[in-house]
Amino acid sequence: MMDHLLWLIPAFPLVGFILLALWGKHLSRFWTAIIGAGSVSLSAILTLFIGLNFLSSTPADGHYSQTLWTWFEVATFIPKITLYLDALSLVFVFVITFIGALIHIYSVAFMAADKDYARFFACMNLFVVSMLLLVLADNLLLLYLGWEGVGLCSYLLIGFWYENPSNGYAARKAFIITRIGDTAMAIGLFVLFYQFGTLSIPDILALTPTTWHEGATITTVTALLLLAGGVGKSAQLPLQTWLPDAMAGPSPVSALIHAATMVTAGVYLVARMHVIFQLSPIAQMVVAGIGAATLLIAGFSALTQYDIKRVLAYSTISQIGYMFLALGLGAWTAAIFHFMIHAFFKALLFLAAGAVIEALNHEHNMFRMGGLKSKLPVIFWTFLVGSASLAALPIISAGFYSKDQILWYAWASEHGNTTLWLIALFGAFLTAVYTTRMLLLTFWGDAKTAVSHYPSKLMTIPLAILAFFSLFAGFIELPHNFGHLTLFSDLLHQVLPETILKAGIHGELLFQLLAMLVTFGGIYMAYILWYRKPQLTEKLKQSAPLIHLYRFWFSGWGFDQVYQVLLVKPVVFIASINKNDVIDKFYQGIAILMVRLNRALSFTQSGSLRWYIIGLVVGAILILSIQVIL
Amino acid sequence: MNTPIAIEIVMLLAGLLFVLGIVGVIIRKNIIFMLLSVEIMLNAAGLAFIAAGSRWAQPDGQVMFIFILAMAAAEVSVGLALILRIYHQHRSLDIDKLKEMKG
Amino acid sequence: MILVYLIGLLMGGGVLALLMGQWNNSLPKWIALCTVSTGFILLLSFWIDQSRIMNTLLPETWMMEYRHDWISTFGISFHLAIDGLSLLLLVLTFFLGILAVLCSWKEVKERIGFYHFNLLWILAGISGVFMAMDLFLFYFFWEVMLIPMYFLIGIWGSENREYAAYKFFIFTQASGLLMLLAILGIYFIHGSNTGNYTFNYFELLGSDIAPNVAFWLMLGFMVAFVVKLPIVPFHSWLPDAHSEAPTAGSLILAGLLLKTGAYGILRFVLPLFPGAAQLVAPWAMLLGVIGIIYGAILAYSQTDLKRLIAYTSVSHMGFIMLGIFAFNELALQGVVMQLVTHAISTGALFIMAGMLKERLHTRDLRLMGGLWTQMPQMGASAILLAMASLGLPGLGNFIAEFLILLGAFKANVWLTILATCGLIFSAIYSLRLIQQVFLGASKNLDPIQDFSWREITLMASLLLSIIWLGLYPQPVINTVRPTIKKLEELFLIEKEYGHILINNKRIDSLPEKNVRQVKTELVPSNTHSYVR
Repeated sequence: MMDHLLWLIPAFPLVGFILLALWGKHLSRFWTAIIGAGSVSLSAILTLFIGLNFLSSTPADGHYSQTLWTWFEVATFIPKITLYLDALSLVFVFVITFIGALIHIYSVAFMAADKDYARFFACMNLFVVSMLLLVLADNLLLLYLGWEGVGLCSYLLIGFWYENPSNGYAARKAFIITRIGDTAMAIGLFVLFYQFGTLSIPDILALTPTTWHEGATITTVTALLLLAGGVGKSAQLPLQTWLPDAMAGPSPVSALIHAATMVTAGVYLVARMHVIFQLSPIAQMVVAGIGAATLLIAGFSALTQYDIKRVLAYSTISQIGYMFLALGLGAWTAAIFHFMIHAFFKALLFLAAGAVIEALNHEHNMFRMGGLKSKLPVIFWTFLVGSASLAALPIISAGFYSKDQILWYAWASEHGNTTLWLIALFGAFLTAVYTTRMLLLTFWGDAKTAVSHYPSKLMTIPLAILAFFSLFAGFIELPHNFGHLTLFSDLLHQVLPETILKAGIHGELLFQLLAMLVTFGGIYMAYILWYRKPQLTEKLKQSAPLIHLYRFWFSGWGFDQVYQVLLVKPVVFIASINKNDVIDKFYQGIAILMVRLNRALSFTQSGSLRWYIIGLVVGAILILSIQVIL
Repeated sequence: MNTPIAIEIVMLLAGLLFVLGIVGVIIRKNIIFMLLSVEIMLNAAGLAFIAAGSRWAQPDGQVMFIFILAMAAAEVSVGLALILRIYHQHRSLDIDKLKEMKG
Repeated sequence: MILVYLIGLLMGGGVLALLMGQWNNSLPKWIALCTVSTGFILLLSFWIDQSRIMNTLLPETWMMEYRHDWISTFGISFHLAIDGLSLLLLVLTFFLGILAVLCSWKEVKERIGFYHFNLLWILAGISGVFMAMDLFLFYFFWEVMLIPMYFLIGIWGSENREYAAYKFFIFTQASGLLMLLAILGIYFIHGSNTGNYTFNYFELLGSDIAPNVAFWLMLGFMVAFVVKLPIVPFHSWLPDAHSEAPTAGSLILAGLLLKTGAYGILRFVLPLFPGAAQLVAPWAMLLGVIGIIYGAILAYSQTDLKRLIAYTSVSHMGFIMLGIFAFNELALQGVVMQLVTHAISTGALFIMAGMLKERLHTRDLRLMGGLWTQMPQMGASAILLAMASLGLPGLGNFIAEFLILLGAFKANVWLTILATCGLIFSAIYSLRLIQQVFLGASKNLDPIQDFSWREITLMASLLLSIIWLGLYPQPVINTVRPTIKKLEELFLIEKEYGHILINNKRIDSLPEKNVRQVKTELVPSNTHSYVR
């Protein structure tokens, strides 16, 4: 029965999109909001309904699926428009629709003054549709449809305020950089098709273990190609540079991109195709390595930003890095758990940051905020909860439970090692530092900008709901030495394998205590540097090497500059010198040659009869004499 | 009368006349003189035909001469008419001033 | 007979429009619209009829044939026939024909009768090319579409029209003459071999030509088609012709004329010279890939809107070349899809460029910007078209490009990877186009009106077709399946028994085993799904 309802989940927002796109101009704001937010909310309710059904009576084969129609049929390639819902996609669908709905509701108030109200909701709805198709797709081609659709929507929404060319630049950057990854992924699809003769995900996953053996080149190549796609969408090294610039869009868009959609697509893809990655230790290592490197690099960058949204952007890159690290470690459920918790608190943080920015009349600079604790209490408390979860404040925050799992597996899983663990631990420290810094600069201290707007109920209620989940969602999965609750991982183990631990590993408690210590250490350090003794920061800023380091981190480790020099400039240069097409010069050359020849020959056409006759005579004599001689 | 003139001499005369004609066409500026020179060339050709005809005792030579004569008459009439028109239009018969067909 | 009527309808309509044009200025438009629409409805009903048959029976390749002796001394006959491929392209011809008439409704203001005469005669020539099964007749129609096009560009084009018209004419004419030579070559060789001097396509199909001669004859055909397609380095007529032609001219050029090149390769080069075609396949694919990337980079740097779109065509036609010479069903189906979807999406972009020019009186991208504010409808359509052009899934072009790449991947891995990188470049130029025209700060302060009703109808029909083709392309695929299957079979046999081997590296050990497997599946695997 549930099978037949699946299509409605993406259909609601799709209808919303179509209505708004076609008649948005003629609809009143009220109806626009009803359609825009209502459609996603309906999806969310339906998802809850289907999800509860799924949980209460899990189907025998572990999934619901519904085929809508055969997309096309060429030779043996027959992709179908089939929706497929199992435990993994259920988690994603839940996060997408539920958080998506909250963000939509928030946007109703947040965007109220914008002139392109309908366009905003149309794009947001399409975003949700694409992401839903991505996670519900039964075959990789349909997944690719959602995948690219997400890219399109990010383009439309990042460049939402199109009058400003720099927004357009950011939008294009996001689209093109993610497309680089997508292209690699497309090649991966080709390989998969010729290996398995199908792009159906369940078929491929079923065939992989029998067709490929562990460590084969083809396995690694395929896994890496798919990973490249994931790296692009999830803003991991080396394709992470688009995400900080993507802050050009309205805050709800950032929330949607960072929490519910888009950047988690890579995590989903790797988790979905985990069988392939399991067969390739090298690919696994690369995934973990990318995750570790990214979380560190982004953590340092987050430390130096002054734009509140850019701090959050780098923190997203860093947290997704944790998810990739977990995926690489084979801690599949831990990655998905962190994804879910992260979705809650990151949506919360972005929405709250958006409220702050709006309250301060579009002030993004944290150094010009401050003292908002008492002026915007609801925002403050929810933001505090979100930050606690981001910084993984022990015991009470959900983020602690999800991140702690990853830290533990970095040490204990069979792929784990000391380096990865140390990086993850240090990343946790950095997270605590930059989170606290952001919190202190924004809400404590003296007020530097006057509050001009106060958030409405429509904005605060979603924040409160998200805050609730950011605190308590962690309790569905507790460490085994502390409650040992495994609701979440049990659900996911229907799809994802268990994490294999090294033999004879003990002392989980010790690692947990260490993690707590590190978190508190980070918070304390930030407290000292940016609240207690700000003069210390000033002093640190005097030293030359630190300034250089600061600038380096601030610019995102110079990736943008390197790409600019290595890729963008050469292409633009070639394009600009070849604007008039070198090859055309060749044909023009022929034309010019003809004209020259014509001039040379037309010189003999003097119009003087005398010359013609002389020519005749000379010619006759020549011919005669040749004849005589021969 | 009976002593036949050697064909070579007649041919030489024809050639001489022909060259005279060509030189005339080339160096004269006036179109009428050029037309006259052309006539000389035609007659030179005619002479050659007749000489050849009598040498090999064939009637073709004289037939050809009649043709040439007819053609020359036609040519002169058309040519003179053209010259008249040209003179009306350009008020000149100088061939160098009439160069219009330049490439 | 319907085939002859189609051509007669267009030619007669053209003459009528020419005559009426001297009396009245709006009559020719209506005559043209009526003739093309009649043809379109005729074809559409035939297609629907056929698709019903196609779904029930094992489809015949050839659907309809008409033959009448013409110059029998030389073995020339008036021989028309259509299969799925021809039918599809004919439907496309008439569809775009209607749009071409509609989009020049207000643009053309002088010599309206002669204009529509030319328009209809181009369409007649194109239809003839898609139907002719006699090489002489084919060449005749090939020239028929050339000359009116020359007038269309030369008389109603913009500033630099004479140059563009000459260039177009010389390129196509010179290459067409080479084709004529090749046609004569095959005519005489076949004649002296069998004693039967004929231009009949079907009889020439089986002719036995020495490989090295076949190679040169094939090159003769190839040059004509490749120039028309066009493939780098023979593309340089295209940007000039496209950018100077009137809107309808660009639409027909991009939408139909280029397709005749691809059609020619599919219809003549591959079946007539399979061995030689395989010999050049790697090089042709390489040229295709070069075209994809070179065209994309050039498109990026253009400042003239129509030139930009023209270069995107060069890039997209590279995919066609790549796909054709991969010789497998996936790629060939992709090629056909690409023919249709590119015609629609690029045609739509040219129509839009025409609309912009009507409003702004310029094609210069540097003078545009921020038009979204005043024209959100056009902006939204433009974004959709740009997305189609960069191959967004869900739109027709994606299916085409994906199938081509998927098929080509089997034939040549590395070239396909390079071609796939073309997708990145296509994103770069498409987004630049949108940014330059519609986004950014508004540079134009005069009020501009958004779509009128006529324009909405035009655009909507194109956009809906492109979405339809993206979500459910099966009708198109089914229509051409018999033709494509035959082509593929030809090359499978050629590969198995052929004396020429191409050194393709494959990722897996496909060849021998798979060939048989695929061949057994040639017998329609889809029959069961049609039994209702």
